[in-house]
Amino acid sequence: MTLSRLAPYLQAGPLTAILFAFLVLPIATIVMVSFWDYDSIQIFPAFVFTNYEETITSPVTWNTYINTLKYTVIVWAITLLVGFWVAYYLAFHIRSATTQMVLFLVCTIPFLTSNIIRMISWIPFLGRNGLLNQSMMSMGLIDTPLEFLLFSDFAVVLAMVHLYTLFMVTPIFNTLMRIDRSLIEAARDAGANAWQILINVIIPLAKPGIAIGSIFVVTLVMGDFITVRFMSGGQSASVGLMMANQIALLQYPAAAANAVILLIIVLLLVGGILRIVNIRKEL
Amino acid sequence: MSKGADIELVQVTKRYGAALAVDAVTLKIPAGTYCCLLGPSGCGKTTTLRMIAGHETISEGDVRLGPAVVTDLPPAKRGTAMMFQSYALFPHLDIVDNVAFSLKMKGVDKAVRRTKAMEMLKLVQMDHLAERRPAQLSGGQQQRVALARALITDPQALLLDEPLSALDPFLKIKVRQELKKLQLQLGISFIHVTHSQEEAMALSDLVVVMNGGRIEQAATPREVFNRPATAFVARFMGDHNVIAGRVTGIADDTMTFEVPGGASFRAPAEPGLEPGAPVEIAVRTDRVKLAGDAPPGFGLTGLVQNIEYHGQKVQIALAAPGVDEFSVQVPETAFFEAPLAVGDAVPLAWTSQDVHILQASPSA
Repeated sequence: MTLSRLAPYLQAGPLTAILFAFLVLPIATIVMVSFWDYDSIQIFPAFVFTNYEETITSPVTWNTYINTLKYTVIVWAITLLVGFWVAYYLAFHIRSATTQMVLFLVCTIPFLTSNIIRMISWIPFLGRNGLLNQSMMSMGLIDTPLEFLLFSDFAVVLAMVHLYTLFMVTPIFNTLMRIDRSLIEAARDAGANAWQILINVIIPLAKPGIAIGSIFVVTLVMGDFITVRFMSGGQSASVGLMMANQIALLQYPAAAANAVILLIIVLLLVGGILRIVNIRKEL
Repeated sequence: MSKGADIELVQVTKRYGAALAVDAVTLKIPAGTYCCLLGPSGCGKTTTLRMIAGHETISEGDVRLGPAVVTDLPPAKRGTAMMFQSYALFPHLDIVDNVAFSLKMKGVDKAVRRTKAMEMLKLVQMDHLAERRPAQLSGGQQQRVALARALITDPQALLLDEPLSALDPFLKIKVRQELKKLQLQLGISFIHVTHSQEEAMALSDLVVVMNGGRIEQAATPREVFNRPATAFVARFMGDHNVIAGRVTGIADDTMTFEVPGGASFRAPAEPGLEPGAPVEIAVRTDRVKLAGDAPPGFGLTGLVQNIEYHGQKVQIALAAPGVDEFSVQVPETAFFEAPLAVGDAVPLAWTSQDVHILQASPSA
């Protein structure tokens, strides 16, 4: 009797323990440290708001946040366009399930190497004397190497799109595959052309997938620091990079305050996406 | 409402690679006909319907609707409307927008199209649920909405792909009465695909029995039931016993034929059937009597295998040498005056008027 009453708690126990140890505890620590004080050599327990005050009142923070949001919006828009396109092609134009699976696996091949390697491999391609510039020069398309290709916002966005598009493709492909094909026939029967079917049937039904993909991409880009550091060559900043620098300078409380602010902003963005689209039926 | 148009299929063929799904089907459906395409799964009935609708390309042959050849027209330009098996209502739109969908595609103003959609919903008595989403409706309600959505295009023919298969048995009967009423009211042709012979007989003016991509018989339900063209039709419509054998002799206007087990039967002579030719006859199960006074060749003795009580009738399945699946329907009262048990040997008799000679199947 007591065992049967205990059993549900025992079953929920492991997950609770993991979530507590790896989610609740770290966040609680970060929130706690964000109120501590520090000097150039140590941090010490306190309850001060200076970390938040300094972060919020500094124009550097604002510029960094705006820059990060700019990356987020651009990368989100491009990955959405490319991701939807790829998913649509896979779901509606490939008829055989085998080909579909093979092509989907092809999409995941880049994930067989690490993020950093994929990012770094752009450098010899985009560099001043890189593959792209040299080819275009020998073809006579340009006279001088294009400088914007590497260590620029262009390079950052390009690498992020490369890294994160699959996070958009997968959930959208999943929703598109679940659309009843007879709905498309019914739309065609009602006189809809291909474009009208896309706008009136497919996109509305793909919204949950688009929302899930958007959550992935937005959270990944908002928290990114390594791509920005490598691909901008240190010329651009992101919130993640700012935190990494603060940690390097042992300003843990400042970094923690920054992390809390970033967490709140990302949660607001995700909350906004969930308000617009009901994703429950996809889960 | 729109005026109906004759539908004509001329040598319509559908190939999937080497496989032949529909084989040179020719059929004329006059305007205002309730036509049922009837057959087992894989017989090509749905493919035929989808070719009429324009959702399947036609490999060979032509489809005409009224005076126009519609073979290569897209679905919406044909003047047909289709109701899908799963109803295919748009889950993200409410009922009014579902019904108004085709008007929206034509660019009709929102207020106008919603008014028109409400009229259609009134026709199917669904106007009180106009604001709901499809998922909030029962199967029967979804079916009505799908009907309204198909009819709003003012079609000359309505194509229904197994419209009743998702409904429970009681609702099935109710909805099919409504379908028939609506068809009479609108005066357009309904082409209804089904695998239920009961549904086809209850609804249609014209039953088209299909098998293996070909038409076995196209006629009124009464004709199909009383004079099935082939052994396939007789078996598929049910309530028929098929006896197959070879002609052994012809005397006067009666022929004698023998079944593989050695028993011999008689039937009215049929021109073209010479001794040695294969022959198949059908005898309705309710015309077979439990009696020993059969004239020679118009009866057999069977061993009772199974007894099913059907209410008004009792269905007795018997085994007899050389004949497979022989059954008899006996009125309930008559059966219980002299009940039988499994294992009893029973003499059976019929008359020469009850014998119907079957043709060779075109798909065989």
